[in-house]
Amino acid sequence: MIKRKVVLRFPATVVELPFIYTLAREFDVVANILKANINPRKEGSMVVELSAEEEKYDAAINYLQSRGVVILPLEQQIIWVEDRCTQCGACTVICPTNALWMKRPEMIVSFCSEKCVVCEQCLKACPARAVEALYLAGE
Amino acid sequence: MKQLRTIKEINEKITKGKVVVATAEEIISMVAEKGVEKTARQVDVVTTGTFGPMCSSGAFLNLGHTTPRMRMSKVYLNGVNAYAGIAAVDVYLGATEIPETDPANSIFPGAFNYGGAHVIEDLLSGKKVLLEATSYGTNCYPLQKLEKWITLDDIKDAYLFNPRNCYQNYNVAVNLSDRTIYTYMGILKPHLGNANYCSAGQLSPLLNDPFYRTIGVGTKVFLGGGIGYVAWHGTQHNPHVPRTDGGVPRGGAGTLALIGDLKQMSPKYLRGVSLLGYGVSMQVGVGVPIPILDEEILQFTAVSDGEILAPVVDYSEAYPQGTGEILGEVSYAELKSGTIIVRGKEVPTAPLSSYPKAKEIAETLKQWILKGEFTLTEPVAALPSAEVAVNFARQPEKE
Ligand code: SF4
Ligand code: SF4
Repeated sequence: MIKRKVVLRFPATVVELPFIYTLAREFDVVANILKANINPRKEGSMVVELSAEEEKYDAAINYLQSRGVVILPLEQQIIWVEDRCTQCGACTVICPTNALWMKRPEMIVSFCSEKCVVCEQCLKACPARAVEALYLAGE
Repeated sequence: MKQLRTIKEINEKITKGKVVVATAEEIISMVAEKGVEKTARQVDVVTTGTFGPMCSSGAFLNLGHTTPRMRMSKVYLNGVNAYAGIAAVDVYLGATEIPETDPANSIFPGAFNYGGAHVIEDLLSGKKVLLEATSYGTNCYPLQKLEKWITLDDIKDAYLFNPRNCYQNYNVAVNLSDRTIYTYMGILKPHLGNANYCSAGQLSPLLNDPFYRTIGVGTKVFLGGGIGYVAWHGTQHNPHVPRTDGGVPRGGAGTLALIGDLKQMSPKYLRGVSLLGYGVSMQVGVGVPIPILDEEILQFTAVSDGEILAPVVDYSEAYPQGTGEILGEVSYAELKSGTIIVRGKEVPTAPLSSYPKAKEIAETLKQWILKGEFTLTEPVAALPSAEVAVNFARQPEKE
């Protein structure tokens, strides 16, 4: 069983094909959509987590590529929305790398993106939902 | 004790622009430098502040009459149920209410992304909120169903009424078990992985007036960015707890019920929050002015983090089972240092109450008073208090 997060880019010509349905039905691939930007008759993209048996996964990727879908590895980035942060500090004992950290004695929280390992633990630990995951396609 | 000034005299100084105000943080170093007597003569008002999740909060809303008229017996705002068992079109929207469709903790730990507090925040941010109401019909209120997008401006009356805010001191939560637990005190990692606390300590309103000598029913306060009043002592208000020699409660004690016009408030100081595996709550910003009527009141406001102790409680067993067992006491100075020692282990700490925001609130209230925009009120009734002899000389070392 493999599980991978990828970015799918759909050319305008195929954007309306039922890919997710086909993946599930023909290839037993479960596609969990993390983010989608699809507009009729325009190029679209989707961040999905695909889980399947290895062979079926490969077959599914072949199928997508044969239909013109570009598959890119996923790069994730954590965004700290300073405006939404209420400086409560709850994340600072959850973040394993001190990327979210508290300056003392001022008790001011800030975020150091270089230290972030994108473990995503802060996403739900932040009561004010001031941290967000941004999905980028790696080239 | 010799009275130095009355609230009436302070208000005259506020109107004339001659009032002297310090925050509960600034007053600590002033007293340390100049002594109690001199500072008490100089300073008229000390401002306090706190900003933390206060679950016992909510708003009374009068949704306005429709044509034809409607009683409204079941009301939802953005899918969140507001209690309508009062007069026609009056409802109470509780901060912790979640939509009936929310899976809550059936998928553990629940995310609790949206609830009553978020509706309040959305209304304050000027967003449109979906009002859905149903009712049985009567001769005078025939309409039985209503669905409409509304904003705060469309709501006739809206006032915050929080039955329990501003807890005077609180527990420090830890987890002795071997699995992560999700509580209203945040995520607690196993084997004393972290210790969460929730008080502004030396800036916190009731820790600066531990016997409620100046804070009473009718005291005007900063509430959610607007003006509010102490309506009553809060639910669970309990002045009879062990106290330090300086009179500071060594655990949860007094509370305040607060009321204020929601329409004046700001989403900056009223925020919906999601506590993983626990539920929705609202971060509420409160600031209370303390008139320095005599030297004792000033001494109380000069309390510092090193002198305020909080009990460390295990939230995996002692708290849920209500055993009352505590694992020790720590000071807010220790908590703010980033680590405390529990059972010989160094445990990292996190506040759930924002100290920078508490400071901002105390500072804002100070500016309001200095600018003559905020005068003080005389309490109309005292909050229940405790009779205990206080000995300032024997307080623990300042840190
Ligand atoms: S994703 Fe992980 S490492 Fe990055 S800030 Fe959040 S908790 Fe810290
Ligand atoms: S938990 Fe969220 S709101 Fe609190 S300090 Fe961290 S990022 Fe800010």
